[in-house]
Amino acid sequence: MTGDPGLQPERTRLAWRRTLLALTAVTVLTVRQALTGGLAGALLAGAALLGWAATLALCWPRATGSGPVRATSRTMPVIALAAVGHAALGVLLALRGVW
Amino acid sequence: MWEAIRRWFDPRELRSVGSRPDYRFSLANERTFLAWLRTGLALVGGGLAAAQFLPPLPLAHLREVIAVALLLLGGTVAVRAVDHWARTERAIRLGEELPASRFPAVLALAVGLGALLLVVAVLAGTVGRR
Repeated sequence: MTGDPGLQPERTRLAWRRTLLALTAVTVLTVRQALTGGLAGALLAGAALLGWAATLALCWPRATGSGPVRATSRTMPVIALAAVGHAALGVLLALRGVW
Repeated sequence: MWEAIRRWFDPRELRSVGSRPDYRFSLANERTFLAWLRTGLALVGGGLAAAQFLPPLPLAHLREVIAVALLLLGGTVAVRAVDHWARTERAIRLGEELPASRFPAVLALAVGLGALLLVVAVLAGTVGRR
């Protein structure tokens, strides 16, 4: 097997960056929607921003290649959890006006 | 089920089965996971956008139904992505057959059917008429 020492890690880093960018866009949409809802909305927006910052900090070594990167790590469930969190928050905010 | 969820957050256990594979296979598995996660995030973003940018529709709560359907679909895709990633990583480490899945086909059918329903709704004037 001929190796490709640089390419696969680099492609993976770029994939992480694209994913974090997508997460950032979703965070912006969530915050924008939450901020229309008074104090509770502002608190939810703050929680979304905190979650975004924590996820970004945790995934940073994978996105930049700094620090140790192991094949199996908690970063995968954490970033998936971030997506699920936005989905749950979105359902809550979308249904706010219904009842 | 809780056992599987606990395993996602305990990478040591995943690392303890089988033998360490060629890192390129792990990286490919990781990129596939990320591609699925972006699919999920796109669906979640679409749901959030539907809730914020669609005007109230003539059919009661249709806007909320569209938004919640997209959000739930996006959340499901994200959860399934991490589960499939863990099961694939395990199979690679054990040298087993990769897990097969109906999920991509089901998702494609669900998205296609939803789009078709929206086309019908637009043509019927339920959506898009001010």
